[in-house]
Amino acid sequence: MTESFTIAPVIDVAQVTQDSRPSEREVVFDIHDLTVSYGRVTAISGVDLQIHRNVITAIIGPSGCGKSTFIRCLNRMNDLVPGARIEGQILYQGSDLYASGVDPVEIRRRIGMVFQKANPFPKSIYDNVAWGPRVLGMRKELDERVEKALRSAALWDEVKDRLKKNALSLSGGQQQRLCIARAIAVEPEVLLLDEPASALDPIATSAIEDLMHQLKREYTLVIVTHNMQQAARVADLTAFFSLEVDETRRSGVLVEYDATSKIFTNPSDKRTEDYVTGRFG
Amino acid sequence: MSRYRRRRVMNRAMEVLATVAALVAVAALAVVVISVARRGAGAVSWDFFTKPQALFGQPGGGIANALVGTALLVLLATAMALPVGVLTAIYLTEFAPRRLAVPIQVVIDVLAGLPTIVIGIFVYALLVIGHTQSGYAGAFALAVIMLPLIARATQEVLLLVPGTLREASLALGVRRWRTVVGVILPSSVGGILTGTVLAVARAAGETAPLLFTSSIFANTVQTDVTKALPNIPVLIFTYSEQPDPALHQQAWAAALVLMAFVLVASLAAKALLARSRRKLAR
Ligand SMILES: Nc1ncnc2c1ncn2[C@@H]1O[C@H](COP(=O)(O)OP(=O)(O)O)[C@@H](O)[C@H]1O
Ligand SMILES: [Mg+2]
Repeated sequence: MTESFTIAPVIDVAQVTQDSRPSEREVVFDIHDLTVSYGRVTAISGVDLQIHRNVITAIIGPSGCGKSTFIRCLNRMNDLVPGARIEGQILYQGSDLYASGVDPVEIRRRIGMVFQKANPFPKSIYDNVAWGPRVLGMRKELDERVEKALRSAALWDEVKDRLKKNALSLSGGQQQRLCIARAIAVEPEVLLLDEPASALDPIATSAIEDLMHQLKREYTLVIVTHNMQQAARVADLTAFFSLEVDETRRSGVLVEYDATSKIFTNPSDKRTEDYVTGRFG
Repeated sequence: MSRYRRRRVMNRAMEVLATVAALVAVAALAVVVISVARRGAGAVSWDFFTKPQALFGQPGGGIANALVGTALLVLLATAMALPVGVLTAIYLTEFAPRRLAVPIQVVIDVLAGLPTIVIGIFVYALLVIGHTQSGYAGAFALAVIMLPLIARATQEVLLLVPGTLREASLALGVRRWRTVVGVILPSSVGGILTGTVLAVARAAGETAPLLFTSSIFANTVQTDVTKALPNIPVLIFTYSEQPDPALHQQAWAAALVLMAFVLVASLAAKALLARSRRKLAR
């Protein structure tokens, strides 16, 4: 067993979110001692973390430290990876996400995900957004639903005249916003974003960041990014993961979790400071 | 320096060798096509396609009944092999755990390598002994030949579908089978059709299994699949054994028709595949 020195931070969420009504301080994910391994490789170990409602939580850290692994545990996408083993506990709104009898498919419907590389279906723009609701039995007022999702993803004005066009004809940034629209069309409660802007140019990136501020009102957002400026711009809370190496093995650990401004201006851990000041990876 | 030269010469030699080999393959095909055409083209006429076989000893006649029979046999065989082949491929690529996928894959590979005469005897023992020869039995034998071809072709296109599309659908909370039907299959139809067309081309010319299951001489068009159906390969086989040179010519002509069909089918399959590749790559 590796020594993990995770710091369980006591954060006053009310202080970091400007318009916090009481309900918004709710804990959505309560994660205890999460350890994930692929076969014999441990990706992350001993992660303790709480994620709050209507707050943007950013996960930062060097590549390979287990950011994707962590976020994919939150909607049970790792179940699809053969050989992935998850230990510890994740409570989602108070109940164990990995309890037997929990249907991972239902979990994924309630907790949406956007991936690093935009992955629209080779269908029309309309069908990309409409397909999920259609399959999941939300067929009523489909046109309105599609429009609403596209508006929420700040894409409506750009595509309203060509909804029947193939989604693959859109630019990279538009495709990624379409993927966000597709994810929110099925009305998830949480949106997980794994480096959603890493393949985009600065203009498209800033469109996505603006969008996140909009979405925060309705959703709980968790965003993985390797771009520290991005975390600083969008996130209320930031968790810094790092690779912990000892003689025999290496695995990702949570080093520090705090208000974004604190992480970037006055971190408590030396490793965080090295990372955010660019002295490391 | 000399080593560099040697490599260059070697490279050149291999290139020439490969080109020659390709030319030999093309030449072999050309020889076959030309010799079949030379011997058979004279018998090809409108009547040849529209008239049924003449009674033995009588002049004239065509291959209409054999064409209809072959079409029926292949259609029926496709109806059996296509769903099973596609479902097998879907199971293998999308659902099967490794310990099941490996043995099933081996079975399919063995099936693909089975001599068709063995399949013929097997179906003969299963469906013909104790009953009669029938279109069903013939189609079943052809389906056994087509099944591994369709399954393999389908597997190949399914593996071309990027994993990120599967993830996108599953992350919406869509079940796996729904993902397969709604996202994966639509992007693979082209490839599946291509594989099917090639399997049809292959099955249309198979003789051995039909000799056991559906070999009959008839001078009328028959469509009752519970009885043996006249068909092109068996017609070619029987005519070529007759002493009458007119029948020989008809056998060559029928072979020409079969070859033309295979050629057209292969070209169509290639076009289909190119189209579906483009669609996936975009
Ligand atoms: N599907 C997988 N199978 C095996 N190892 C994996 C898999 N996914 C990730 N890993 C390993 O887990 C570690 C963490 O990876 P990842 O979560 O992708 O990190 P990050 O997103 O921070 O770059 C890496 O060492 C990586 O090689
Ligand atoms: Mg990652």
